Amino acid sequence: MKPSRQIILVASVLLVVCMLASVLLLRRVDSMRSAATLQEVLYISSPKTIKRLSLGYDGLMADIYWTRAVQYFGNQHFAGSHHFDLLAPLLEITTALDPHLTVAYEFGANFLAPKPPNGAGQPQRAIELTEFGIRNNPNEWRLHYDLGFIYYMELKDYKSAADAFARGSQVPNAHPFLRVMAAQMAQHSGELRMAQMMWATTYQSTQDRDVRANAATHLRALQVEEDVTNLENLVAAYRVKTGRLPESFSDLQQAGLLHDIPVDPFGHGYKLTSDGRVEDRRPDDFPFLTKGTPPGYVAPSPRFLPSD
Amino acid sequence: MNSRIRHIASNTFREAVRDRVLYNLIAFAVLMCGASILVGQISIGIERLVVINLGLTAISLFGVVIAIFIGIGLVSKEIEKRTLYTVLSRPVQRWEFIVGKFFGLAGTLVVNTFFMAIGVFLALLYVSQGLQAADGWVLVALYFIVLQFLIITALALFFSSFSSPLLSAVFAFSLFVIGSFAEDLRGFAAMAQGATRWLATGAAYLVPNFSALNVIGSVAHGQSVARTLILGETAYAMVYATMALCGAILVFERRNLK
Repeated sequence: MKPSRQIILVASVLLVVCMLASVLLLRRVDSMRSAATLQEVLYISSPKTIKRLSLGYDGLMADIYWTRAVQYFGNQHFAGSHHFDLLAPLLEITTALDPHLTVAYEFGANFLAPKPPNGAGQPQRAIELTEFGIRNNPNEWRLHYDLGFIYYMELKDYKSAADAFARGSQVPNAHPFLRVMAAQMAQHSGELRMAQMMWATTYQSTQDRDVRANAATHLRALQVEEDVTNLENLVAAYRVKTGRLPESFSDLQQAGLLHDIPVDPFGHGYKLTSDGRVEDRRPDDFPFLTKGTPPGYVAPSPRFLPSD
Repeated sequence: MNSRIRHIASNTFREAVRDRVLYNLIAFAVLMCGASILVGQISIGIERLVVINLGLTAISLFGVVIAIFIGIGLVSKEIEKRTLYTVLSRPVQRWEFIVGKFFGLAGTLVVNTFFMAIGVFLALLYVSQGLQAADGWVLVALYFIVLQFLIITALALFFSSFSSPLLSAVFAFSLFVIGSFAEDLRGFAAMAQGATRWLATGAAYLVPNFSALNVIGSVAHGQSVARTLILGETAYAMVYATMALCGAILVFERRNLK
Protein backbone atom coordinates (compact mmCIF):
# COMPACT_ATOMS: atom_id res chain seq x y z
CA MET A 1 0.00 0.00 0.00
CA LYS A 2 1.29 3.46 -0.92
CA PRO A 3 2.20 5.72 2.02
CA SER A 4 -0.40 8.32 0.93
CA ARG A 5 -3.16 5.67 0.92
CA GLN A 6 -2.02 4.50 4.33
CA ILE A 7 -2.34 8.03 5.68
CA ILE A 8 -5.83 8.40 4.19
CA LEU A 9 -6.92 5.07 5.69
CA VAL A 10 -5.52 5.85 9.14
CA ALA A 11 -7.00 9.35 9.12
CA SER A 12 -10.43 8.03 8.06
CA VAL A 13 -10.47 5.36 10.76
CA LEU A 14 -9.29 7.88 13.35
CA LEU A 15 -12.01 10.32 12.30
CA VAL A 16 -14.79 7.76 12.71
CA VAL A 17 -13.39 6.53 16.03
CA CYS A 18 -13.07 10.08 17.39
CA MET A 19 -16.60 10.91 16.26
CA LEU A 20 -18.04 7.91 18.10
CA ALA A 21 -15.87 8.58 21.14
CA SER A 22 -17.00 12.21 21.31
CA VAL A 23 -20.65 11.13 21.35
CA LEU A 24 -20.01 8.55 24.08
CA LEU A 25 -17.99 11.03 26.14
CA LEU A 26 -20.69 13.69 25.84
CA ARG A 27 -23.29 11.22 27.08
CA ARG A 28 -21.05 10.39 30.02
CA VAL A 29 -20.50 14.10 30.79
CA ASP A 30 -24.29 14.68 30.67
CA SER A 31 -24.86 11.91 33.19
CA MET A 32 -22.14 13.36 35.46
CA ARG A 33 -23.66 16.85 35.49
CA SER A 34 -26.12 17.48 38.30
CA ALA A 35 -29.79 17.81 37.41
CA ALA A 36 -29.73 21.44 38.52
CA THR A 37 -27.33 22.46 35.79
CA LEU A 38 -29.49 20.81 33.16
CA GLN A 39 -32.66 22.59 34.23
CA GLU A 40 -34.14 25.12 31.85
CA VAL A 41 -33.11 28.66 32.61
CA LEU A 42 -34.32 31.92 31.18
CA TYR A 43 -30.95 33.61 30.66
CA ILE A 44 -32.42 36.93 29.51
CA SER A 45 -35.75 37.74 31.09
CA SER A 46 -36.28 41.24 29.70
CA PRO A 47 -38.39 41.28 26.50
CA LYS A 48 -36.94 44.69 25.62
CA THR A 49 -33.35 43.43 25.82
CA ILE A 50 -34.14 40.41 23.67
CA LYS A 51 -35.90 42.62 21.13
CA ARG A 52 -32.80 44.81 20.90
CA LEU A 53 -30.45 41.84 20.66
CA SER A 54 -32.47 40.40 17.78
CA LEU A 55 -31.14 43.19 15.49
CA GLY A 56 -34.53 43.71 13.91
CA TYR A 57 -35.13 40.02 13.23
CA ASP A 58 -37.68 39.93 16.07
CA GLY A 59 -40.23 37.92 14.06
CA LEU A 60 -37.91 34.93 13.96
CA MET A 61 -36.98 35.39 17.64
CA ALA A 62 -40.70 35.41 18.52
CA ASP A 63 -41.17 32.12 16.63
CA ILE A 64 -38.22 30.62 18.52
CA TYR A 65 -39.55 31.79 21.90
CA TRP A 66 -43.06 30.55 21.07
CA THR A 67 -41.62 27.13 20.20
CA ARG A 68 -39.67 27.22 23.49
CA ALA A 69 -42.91 28.02 25.35
CA VAL A 70 -44.73 25.12 23.65
CA GLN A 71 -41.86 22.73 24.37
CA TYR A 72 -41.56 23.91 27.97
CA PHE A 73 -45.28 23.52 28.65
CA GLY A 74 -45.35 20.15 26.87
CA ASN A 75 -42.38 18.80 28.84
CA GLN A 76 -43.69 19.99 32.22
CA HIS A 77 -47.19 18.72 31.42
CA PHE A 78 -45.87 15.35 30.27
CA ALA A 79 -43.78 15.04 33.45
CA GLY A 80 -46.93 15.77 35.51
CA SER A 81 -45.26 18.82 37.03
CA HIS A 82 -47.26 21.41 38.95
CA HIS A 83 -44.62 24.11 38.38
CA PHE A 84 -44.68 26.18 35.22
CA ASP A 85 -42.50 29.06 36.44
CA LEU A 86 -40.98 29.91 33.05
CA LEU A 87 -44.22 29.73 31.07
CA ALA A 88 -45.51 33.27 31.70
CA PRO A 89 -42.11 34.96 31.06
CA LEU A 90 -41.65 32.93 27.86
CA LEU A 91 -45.08 33.98 26.62
CA GLU A 92 -44.50 37.61 27.58
CA ILE A 93 -41.20 37.65 25.68
CA THR A 94 -42.83 35.99 22.66
CA THR A 95 -45.65 38.51 22.46
CA ALA A 96 -43.37 41.48 23.15
CA LEU A 97 -41.20 40.38 20.21
CA ASP A 98 -44.19 39.90 17.93
CA PRO A 99 -47.38 41.49 19.32
CA HIS A 100 -49.35 40.18 16.31
CA LEU A 101 -48.58 36.50 16.95
CA THR A 102 -52.20 35.72 17.89
CA VAL A 103 -51.55 32.00 18.22
CA ALA A 104 -49.34 32.77 21.26
CA TYR A 105 -52.22 34.57 23.02
CA GLU A 106 -54.84 31.94 22.16
CA PHE A 107 -52.85 28.87 23.17
CA GLY A 108 -50.71 30.69 25.74
CA ALA A 109 -53.75 31.77 27.76
CA ASN A 110 -55.05 28.21 27.65
CA PHE A 111 -51.70 26.94 28.93
CA LEU A 112 -51.58 29.53 31.72
CA ALA A 113 -55.14 29.60 33.04
CA PRO A 114 -56.20 26.01 33.96
CA LYS A 115 -55.22 24.56 37.31
CA PRO A 116 -52.21 22.18 37.38
CA PRO A 117 -51.54 19.66 35.94
CA ASN A 118 -53.65 20.81 32.98
CA GLY A 119 -52.14 24.28 33.09
CA ALA A 120 -50.03 26.65 35.12
CA GLY A 121 -52.90 27.78 37.35
CA GLN A 122 -52.20 31.46 36.66
CA PRO A 123 -55.50 32.87 35.35
CA GLN A 124 -54.51 36.46 36.18
CA ARG A 125 -51.36 36.19 34.01
CA ALA A 126 -53.52 34.63 31.28
CA ILE A 127 -55.91 37.59 31.50
CA GLU A 128 -53.02 40.08 31.34
CA LEU A 129 -51.58 38.26 28.31
CA THR A 130 -54.93 38.22 26.51
CA GLU A 131 -55.64 41.88 27.31
CA PHE A 132 -52.22 42.74 25.86
CA GLY A 133 -53.16 40.73 22.77
CA ILE A 134 -56.49 42.57 22.43
CA ARG A 135 -54.76 45.96 22.68
CA ASN A 136 -52.40 44.97 19.85
CA ASN A 137 -54.96 43.08 17.75
CA PRO A 138 -58.29 44.83 18.32
CA ASN A 139 -59.93 43.10 15.35
CA GLU A 140 -59.33 39.54 16.62
CA TRP A 141 -62.68 38.51 18.15
CA ARG A 142 -61.22 35.17 19.27
CA LEU A 143 -59.08 36.96 21.85
CA HIS A 144 -62.19 38.49 23.45
CA TYR A 145 -63.72 35.02 23.40
CA ASP A 146 -60.63 33.54 25.08
CA LEU A 147 -60.76 36.28 27.72
CA GLY A 148 -64.42 35.57 28.50
CA PHE A 149 -63.60 31.88 28.55
CA ILE A 150 -60.94 32.37 31.24
CA TYR A 151 -63.19 34.61 33.35
CA TYR A 152 -65.99 32.06 33.19
CA MET A 153 -64.12 28.75 33.39
CA GLU A 154 -61.33 29.60 35.80
CA LEU A 155 -62.60 32.52 37.89
CA LYS A 156 -66.39 32.13 37.65
CA ASP A 157 -66.50 35.90 37.22
CA TYR A 158 -69.73 36.18 35.24
CA LYS A 159 -69.75 39.97 35.03
CA SER A 160 -66.25 40.19 33.52
CA ALA A 161 -66.98 37.25 31.23
CA ALA A 162 -70.18 38.93 29.98
CA ASP A 163 -68.24 42.14 29.44
CA ALA A 164 -65.50 40.31 27.44
CA PHE A 165 -68.06 38.51 25.24
CA ALA A 166 -70.01 41.75 24.71
CA ARG A 167 -66.84 43.60 23.65
CA GLY A 168 -65.94 40.73 21.33
CA SER A 169 -69.40 40.69 19.74
CA GLN A 170 -68.79 44.27 18.54
CA VAL A 171 -65.67 43.29 16.58
CA PRO A 172 -66.35 43.05 12.82
CA ASN A 173 -66.97 39.45 11.64
CA ALA A 174 -67.23 38.18 15.23
CA HIS A 175 -68.89 34.80 15.77
CA PRO A 176 -72.64 35.45 16.34
CA PHE A 177 -72.58 33.24 19.44
CA LEU A 178 -70.58 35.85 21.35
CA ARG A 179 -73.71 38.01 21.66
CA VAL A 180 -75.67 35.00 22.97
CA MET A 181 -72.94 34.14 25.42
CA ALA A 182 -72.78 37.70 26.70
CA ALA A 183 -76.54 37.60 27.35
CA GLN A 184 -76.48 34.14 28.97
CA MET A 185 -73.52 35.09 31.10
CA ALA A 186 -75.37 38.15 32.33
CA GLN A 187 -78.24 35.83 33.39
CA HIS A 188 -75.86 33.35 35.12
CA SER A 189 -77.33 30.51 33.06
CA GLY A 190 -76.80 26.83 33.99
CA GLU A 191 -73.11 25.94 34.09
CA LEU A 192 -73.39 22.74 32.05
CA ARG A 193 -75.33 24.38 29.22
CA MET A 194 -72.95 27.33 29.19
CA ALA A 195 -69.88 25.12 29.12
CA GLN A 196 -71.38 23.05 26.30
CA MET A 197 -72.11 26.19 24.32
CA MET A 198 -68.59 27.52 24.78
CA TRP A 199 -66.85 24.32 23.77
CA ALA A 200 -69.21 23.92 20.81
CA THR A 201 -68.30 27.46 19.67
CA THR A 202 -64.62 26.65 20.05
CA TYR A 203 -65.10 23.46 18.04
CA GLN A 204 -66.97 25.22 15.24
CA SER A 205 -64.83 28.32 14.98
CA THR A 206 -61.33 26.83 14.77
CA GLN A 207 -59.47 25.20 11.93
CA ASP A 208 -56.76 23.87 14.21
CA ARG A 209 -56.85 20.06 14.50
CA ASP A 210 -55.55 19.98 18.09
CA VAL A 211 -57.97 22.65 19.31
CA ARG A 212 -60.88 20.81 17.69
CA ALA A 213 -59.77 17.55 19.32
CA ASN A 214 -59.52 19.29 22.71
CA ALA A 215 -62.98 20.84 22.31
CA ALA A 216 -64.46 17.50 21.21
CA THR A 217 -62.92 15.79 24.27
CA HIS A 218 -64.49 18.41 26.57
CA LEU A 219 -67.85 18.12 24.79
CA ARG A 220 -67.86 14.33 25.22
CA ALA A 221 -67.08 14.69 28.93
CA LEU A 222 -69.87 17.26 29.29
CA GLN A 223 -72.27 14.90 27.49
CA VAL A 224 -71.44 12.15 30.00
CA GLU A 225 -71.96 14.58 32.89
CA GLU A 226 -75.33 15.62 31.49
CA ASP A 227 -76.41 11.97 31.05
CA VAL A 228 -75.26 11.08 34.58
CA THR A 229 -77.12 14.08 36.06
CA ASN A 230 -80.32 13.20 34.19
CA LEU A 231 -80.12 9.51 35.11
CA GLU A 232 -79.47 10.26 38.78
CA ASN A 233 -82.50 12.59 38.79
CA LEU A 234 -84.58 9.72 37.39
CA VAL A 235 -83.21 7.36 40.05
CA ALA A 236 -84.28 9.88 42.70
CA ALA A 237 -87.72 10.14 41.10
CA TYR A 238 -88.01 6.30 41.06
CA ARG A 239 -87.13 6.21 44.74
CA VAL A 240 -89.82 8.77 45.54
CA LYS A 241 -92.33 6.80 43.47
CA THR A 242 -91.54 3.27 44.71
CA GLY A 243 -89.77 3.81 47.99
CA ARG A 244 -86.68 1.83 46.88
CA LEU A 245 -83.71 2.20 44.59
CA PRO A 246 -83.85 0.69 41.09
CA GLU A 247 -81.69 -2.40 40.46
CA SER A 248 -81.12 -1.56 36.81
CA PHE A 249 -82.08 1.00 34.18
CA SER A 250 -84.79 -1.46 33.03
CA ASP A 251 -86.62 -0.71 36.31
CA LEU A 252 -86.72 2.97 35.27
CA GLN A 253 -88.13 1.93 31.89
CA GLN A 254 -90.78 -0.28 33.44
CA ALA A 255 -91.76 2.56 35.75
CA GLY A 256 -92.28 4.74 32.65
CA LEU A 257 -89.54 7.16 33.68
CA LEU A 258 -87.05 6.28 30.92
CA HIS A 259 -87.76 5.69 27.26
CA ASP A 260 -84.39 4.51 25.91
CA ILE A 261 -81.39 3.45 27.98
CA PRO A 262 -78.70 6.04 27.18
CA VAL A 263 -75.16 5.19 26.19
CA ASP A 264 -72.04 7.33 26.49
CA PRO A 265 -70.56 9.11 23.43
CA PHE A 266 -68.51 5.99 22.60
CA GLY A 267 -71.59 3.73 22.72
CA HIS A 268 -70.94 2.08 26.09
CA GLY A 269 -73.74 1.75 28.62
CA TYR A 270 -73.69 3.49 32.01
CA LYS A 271 -73.43 1.59 35.30
CA LEU A 272 -76.02 1.91 38.08
CA THR A 273 -74.45 1.26 41.49
CA SER A 274 -76.27 -0.31 44.42
CA ASP A 275 -76.37 3.06 46.26
CA GLY A 276 -78.17 4.72 43.35
CA ARG A 277 -75.22 6.50 41.74
CA VAL A 278 -74.61 6.45 37.98
CA GLU A 279 -71.08 5.91 36.69
CA ASP A 280 -69.45 5.72 33.31
CA ARG A 281 -68.00 2.26 32.70
CA ARG A 282 -64.84 3.62 31.04
CA PRO A 283 -64.04 7.00 32.66
CA ASP A 284 -60.49 6.91 31.25
CA ASP A 285 -62.05 7.61 27.82
CA PHE A 286 -63.34 10.96 29.08
CA PRO A 287 -60.59 13.22 30.40
CA PHE A 288 -61.91 16.29 32.28
CA LEU A 289 -64.83 14.23 33.64
CA THR A 290 -65.97 15.65 37.00
CA LYS A 291 -69.08 13.52 37.52
CA GLY A 292 -69.94 9.85 37.00
CA THR A 293 -66.59 8.45 38.11
CA PRO A 294 -66.06 5.71 40.77
CA PRO A 295 -65.22 6.92 44.33
CA GLY A 296 -61.51 7.75 44.67
CA TYR A 297 -60.99 7.73 40.93
CA VAL A 298 -57.80 9.50 39.76
CA ALA A 299 -58.03 10.72 36.19
CA PRO A 300 -55.12 10.00 33.85
CA SER A 301 -53.38 12.80 31.90
CA PRO A 302 -55.71 14.14 29.22
CA ARG A 303 -55.28 12.63 25.77
CA PHE A 304 -57.17 14.09 22.91
CA LEU A 305 -58.91 11.63 20.64
CA PRO A 306 -59.74 12.60 17.05
CA SER A 307 -62.35 15.34 16.89
CA ASP A 308 -64.58 13.97 14.15
CA MET B 1 -23.31 51.52 -18.00
CA ASN B 2 -20.14 51.63 -20.06
CA SER B 3 -18.48 48.46 -21.32
CA ARG B 4 -15.48 48.72 -18.98
CA ILE B 5 -17.71 48.81 -15.90
CA ARG B 6 -19.73 45.92 -17.34
CA HIS B 7 -16.57 43.83 -17.84
CA ILE B 8 -15.30 44.49 -14.32
CA ALA B 9 -18.75 43.68 -12.94
CA SER B 10 -19.02 40.40 -14.85
CA ASN B 11 -15.50 39.40 -13.80
CA THR B 12 -16.34 40.17 -10.16
CA PHE B 13 -19.46 38.02 -10.46
CA ARG B 14 -17.50 35.18 -12.05
CA GLU B 15 -14.83 35.43 -9.38
CA ALA B 16 -17.46 35.21 -6.62
CA VAL B 17 -18.99 32.14 -8.25
CA ARG B 18 -15.51 30.60 -8.60
CA ASP B 19 -14.94 31.32 -4.89
CA ARG B 20 -17.94 29.03 -4.26
CA VAL B 21 -19.99 31.84 -2.73
CA LEU B 22 -23.18 30.31 -4.10
CA TYR B 23 -22.50 27.16 -2.04
CA ASN B 24 -24.42 28.93 0.74
CA LEU B 25 -27.54 28.05 -1.26
CA ILE B 26 -27.10 24.42 -0.22
CA ALA B 27 -27.02 25.41 3.45
CA PHE B 28 -30.09 27.56 2.87
CA ALA B 29 -31.97 24.73 1.13
CA VAL B 30 -31.22 22.37 4.04
CA LEU B 31 -32.36 25.05 6.51
CA MET B 32 -35.66 25.65 4.72
CA CYS B 33 -36.45 21.94 4.27
CA GLY B 34 -35.57 21.24 7.91
CA ALA B 35 -37.65 24.15 9.20
CA SER B 36 -40.66 23.30 7.03
CA ILE B 37 -40.78 19.72 8.24
CA LEU B 38 -39.61 20.15 11.84
CA VAL B 39 -41.52 23.22 13.02
CA GLY B 40 -44.92 21.65 12.38
CA GLN B 41 -43.93 18.90 14.80
CA ILE B 42 -42.40 20.94 17.62
CA SER B 43 -44.51 24.09 17.65
CA ILE B 44 -48.14 25.14 17.26
CA GLY B 45 -49.72 27.23 14.52
CA ILE B 46 -46.63 29.02 13.19
CA GLU B 47 -45.50 26.84 10.26
CA ARG B 48 -46.14 29.54 7.67
CA LEU B 49 -44.74 32.30 9.90
CA VAL B 50 -41.54 30.37 10.51
CA VAL B 51 -40.98 29.73 6.82
CA ILE B 52 -41.31 33.46 6.09
CA ASN B 53 -39.44 34.72 9.17
CA LEU B 54 -36.65 32.15 8.98
CA GLY B 55 -36.39 32.29 5.19
CA LEU B 56 -36.16 36.09 4.98
CA THR B 57 -33.88 36.37 8.03
CA ALA B 58 -31.53 33.76 6.57
CA ILE B 59 -31.54 35.50 3.17
CA SER B 60 -30.75 38.78 4.87
CA LEU B 61 -28.00 37.45 7.15
CA PHE B 62 -26.37 35.22 4.50
CA GLY B 63 -26.38 38.20 2.13
CA VAL B 64 -24.97 40.60 4.71
CA VAL B 65 -22.15 38.18 5.53
CA ILE B 66 -21.39 37.67 1.82
CA ALA B 67 -21.55 41.41 1.12
CA ILE B 68 -19.15 42.18 3.97
CA PHE B 69 -16.64 39.38 3.49
CA ILE B 70 -16.47 39.60 -0.30
CA GLY B 71 -16.85 43.38 -0.34
CA ILE B 72 -13.88 44.01 1.96
CA GLY B 73 -11.57 42.01 -0.30
CA LEU B 74 -12.67 43.53 -3.58
CA VAL B 75 -9.98 46.22 -3.60
CA SER B 76 -7.39 44.89 -1.16
CA LYS B 77 -7.20 41.46 -2.84
CA GLU B 78 -6.58 43.09 -6.22
CA ILE B 79 -3.75 45.13 -4.69
CA GLU B 80 -2.31 42.14 -2.87
CA LYS B 81 -2.32 39.96 -6.02
CA ARG B 82 -1.09 42.93 -8.07
CA THR B 83 -3.87 42.37 -10.60
CA LEU B 84 -5.09 45.92 -9.94
CA TYR B 85 -2.03 47.32 -11.74
CA THR B 86 -2.81 45.23 -14.83
CA VAL B 87 -6.38 46.55 -14.84
CA LEU B 88 -5.43 50.18 -14.23
CA SER B 89 -2.62 50.07 -16.85
CA ARG B 90 -5.41 49.66 -19.41
CA PRO B 91 -7.77 52.52 -20.27
CA VAL B 92 -9.79 51.94 -17.10
CA GLN B 93 -10.31 54.74 -14.64
CA ARG B 94 -10.22 54.17 -10.93
CA TRP B 95 -13.86 55.17 -10.41
CA GLU B 96 -14.90 52.68 -13.10
CA PHE B 97 -13.05 49.95 -11.23
CA ILE B 98 -14.93 50.76 -8.00
CA VAL B 99 -18.33 51.04 -9.68
CA GLY B 100 -17.72 47.82 -11.65
CA LYS B 101 -16.79 45.98 -8.47
CA PHE B 102 -19.95 47.28 -6.79
CA PHE B 103 -22.24 46.11 -9.57
CA GLY B 104 -20.46 42.74 -9.74
CA LEU B 105 -21.01 42.00 -6.06
CA ALA B 106 -24.53 43.44 -6.11
CA GLY B 107 -25.31 41.14 -9.07
CA THR B 108 -23.96 38.14 -7.15
CA LEU B 109 -26.19 38.99 -4.20
CA VAL B 110 -29.26 39.48 -6.41
CA VAL B 111 -28.73 36.06 -8.06
CA ASN B 112 -28.19 34.50 -4.63
CA THR B 113 -31.36 36.15 -3.29
CA PHE B 114 -33.34 35.03 -6.34
CA PHE B 115 -32.54 31.35 -5.78
CA MET B 116 -33.17 31.64 -2.04
CA ALA B 117 -36.53 33.34 -2.74
CA ILE B 118 -37.52 30.35 -4.88
CA GLY B 119 -36.65 28.16 -1.88
CA VAL B 120 -38.83 30.27 0.43
CA PHE B 121 -41.83 30.09 -1.91
CA LEU B 122 -41.41 26.33 -2.39
CA ALA B 123 -41.34 25.88 1.39
CA LEU B 124 -44.44 28.10 1.68
CA LEU B 125 -46.18 25.96 -0.93
CA TYR B 126 -45.30 22.87 1.09
CA VAL B 127 -46.51 24.10 4.49
CA SER B 128 -49.60 26.04 3.31
CA GLN B 129 -50.58 23.66 0.50
CA GLY B 130 -50.77 26.70 -1.79
CA LEU B 131 -49.91 30.37 -1.93
CA GLN B 132 -52.12 33.20 -0.64
CA ALA B 133 -52.48 36.72 -2.04
CA ALA B 134 -50.77 38.10 1.08
CA ASP B 135 -47.63 36.09 0.24
CA GLY B 136 -47.02 38.63 -2.52
CA TRP B 137 -45.79 41.06 0.16
CA VAL B 138 -42.89 38.67 0.77
CA LEU B 139 -41.56 39.91 -2.58
CA VAL B 140 -41.53 43.46 -1.18
CA ALA B 141 -39.58 42.28 1.88
CA LEU B 142 -37.11 40.54 -0.48
CA TYR B 143 -36.76 43.76 -2.46
CA PHE B 144 -36.01 45.68 0.76
CA ILE B 145 -33.40 43.05 1.67
CA VAL B 146 -31.72 43.62 -1.71
CA LEU B 147 -31.72 47.37 -0.94
CA GLN B 148 -29.95 46.56 2.34
CA PHE B 149 -27.33 44.60 0.38
CA LEU B 150 -26.69 47.58 -1.92
CA ILE B 151 -25.95 49.78 1.09
CA ILE B 152 -23.73 47.21 2.81
CA THR B 153 -21.83 46.41 -0.39
CA ALA B 154 -21.14 50.11 -0.96
CA LEU B 155 -20.02 50.50 2.67
CA ALA B 156 -17.76 47.44 2.50
CA LEU B 157 -16.19 48.85 -0.68
CA PHE B 158 -15.76 52.22 1.01
CA PHE B 159 -13.90 50.72 3.96
CA SER B 160 -11.97 48.40 1.67
CA SER B 161 -10.70 51.39 -0.31
CA PHE B 162 -8.54 52.64 2.58
CA SER B 163 -8.35 49.98 5.28
CA SER B 164 -7.11 46.43 5.80
CA PRO B 165 -9.60 43.57 5.21
CA LEU B 166 -9.88 42.79 8.92
CA LEU B 167 -10.59 46.36 9.96
CA SER B 168 -12.94 46.83 7.00
CA ALA B 169 -14.96 43.81 8.15
CA VAL B 170 -15.11 45.17 11.70
CA PHE B 171 -16.19 48.63 10.48
CA ALA B 172 -18.81 47.30 8.06
CA PHE B 173 -20.27 44.85 10.55
CA SER B 174 -20.33 47.49 13.29
CA LEU B 175 -22.21 49.85 10.98
CA PHE B 176 -24.68 47.07 10.21
CA VAL B 177 -25.32 46.55 13.94
CA ILE B 178 -25.53 50.30 14.66
CA GLY B 179 -27.79 50.74 11.63
CA SER B 180 -30.12 48.10 13.04
CA PHE B 181 -30.40 50.26 16.20
CA ALA B 182 -30.98 53.47 14.20
CA GLU B 183 -34.49 53.93 15.60
CA ASP B 184 -33.18 53.61 19.18
CA LEU B 185 -30.45 56.10 18.39
CA ARG B 186 -33.08 58.57 17.22
CA GLY B 187 -35.11 57.94 20.39
CA PHE B 188 -31.99 58.57 22.46
CA ALA B 189 -31.35 61.81 20.55
CA ALA B 190 -34.90 63.00 21.26
CA MET B 191 -34.36 62.52 25.00
CA ALA B 192 -30.92 64.22 25.11
CA GLN B 193 -30.29 67.94 25.59
CA GLY B 194 -27.92 70.51 24.09
CA ALA B 195 -24.85 69.40 22.15
CA THR B 196 -25.47 65.72 22.92
CA ARG B 197 -28.83 66.00 21.21
CA TRP B 198 -27.27 67.44 18.07
CA LEU B 199 -24.48 64.87 18.06
CA ALA B 200 -26.85 61.95 18.58
CA THR B 201 -29.27 63.26 15.93
CA GLY B 202 -26.37 63.69 13.49
CA ALA B 203 -25.14 60.15 14.19
CA ALA B 204 -28.67 58.75 13.81
CA TYR B 205 -28.98 60.28 10.35
CA LEU B 206 -25.42 59.43 9.30
CA VAL B 207 -25.59 55.69 9.98
CA PRO B 208 -27.64 53.63 7.50
CA ASN B 209 -31.13 52.98 8.84
CA PHE B 210 -31.42 49.22 8.38
CA SER B 211 -34.36 48.93 10.76
CA ALA B 212 -36.49 50.96 8.32
CA LEU B 213 -35.63 48.45 5.60
CA ASN B 214 -36.75 45.50 7.71
CA VAL B 215 -40.41 44.65 7.04
CA ILE B 216 -40.05 40.90 7.60
CA GLY B 217 -42.24 40.91 10.72
CA SER B 218 -45.16 42.71 9.09
CA VAL B 219 -45.17 40.76 5.79
CA ALA B 220 -45.06 37.51 7.79
CA HIS B 221 -48.51 38.51 9.12
CA GLY B 222 -49.69 39.38 5.60
CA GLN B 223 -49.69 43.12 6.31
CA SER B 224 -49.32 45.35 3.26
CA VAL B 225 -46.48 47.79 2.63
CA ALA B 226 -47.50 51.23 1.37
CA ARG B 227 -46.41 52.12 -2.17
CA THR B 228 -45.06 55.45 -0.94
CA LEU B 229 -42.91 53.59 1.59
CA ILE B 230 -41.50 51.36 -1.16
CA LEU B 231 -40.61 54.44 -3.22
CA GLY B 232 -39.16 56.24 -0.20
CA GLU B 233 -37.02 53.26 0.87
CA THR B 234 -35.80 52.78 -2.71
CA ALA B 235 -34.76 56.42 -2.96
CA TYR B 236 -33.09 56.28 0.47
CA ALA B 237 -31.11 53.11 -0.30
CA MET B 238 -30.02 54.44 -3.70
CA VAL B 239 -28.91 57.76 -2.25
CA TYR B 240 -27.07 56.14 0.66
CA ALA B 241 -25.31 53.55 -1.54
CA THR B 242 -24.32 56.29 -3.99
CA MET B 243 -22.98 58.36 -1.10
CA ALA B 244 -20.84 55.46 0.17
CA LEU B 245 -19.67 54.69 -3.38
CA CYS B 246 -18.69 58.34 -3.90
CA GLY B 247 -16.71 58.13 -0.66
CA ALA B 248 -14.96 54.98 -1.90
CA ILE B 249 -14.17 56.63 -5.26
CA LEU B 250 -12.84 59.78 -3.59
CA VAL B 251 -10.51 57.78 -1.32
CA PHE B 252 -9.42 55.40 -4.06
CA GLU B 253 -8.74 58.21 -6.53
CA ARG B 254 -6.34 59.85 -4.05
CA ARG B 255 -4.76 56.61 -2.88
CA ASN B 256 -1.08 56.11 -3.62
CA LEU B 257 -0.84 52.67 -5.20
CA LYS B 258 2.92 52.70 -5.78
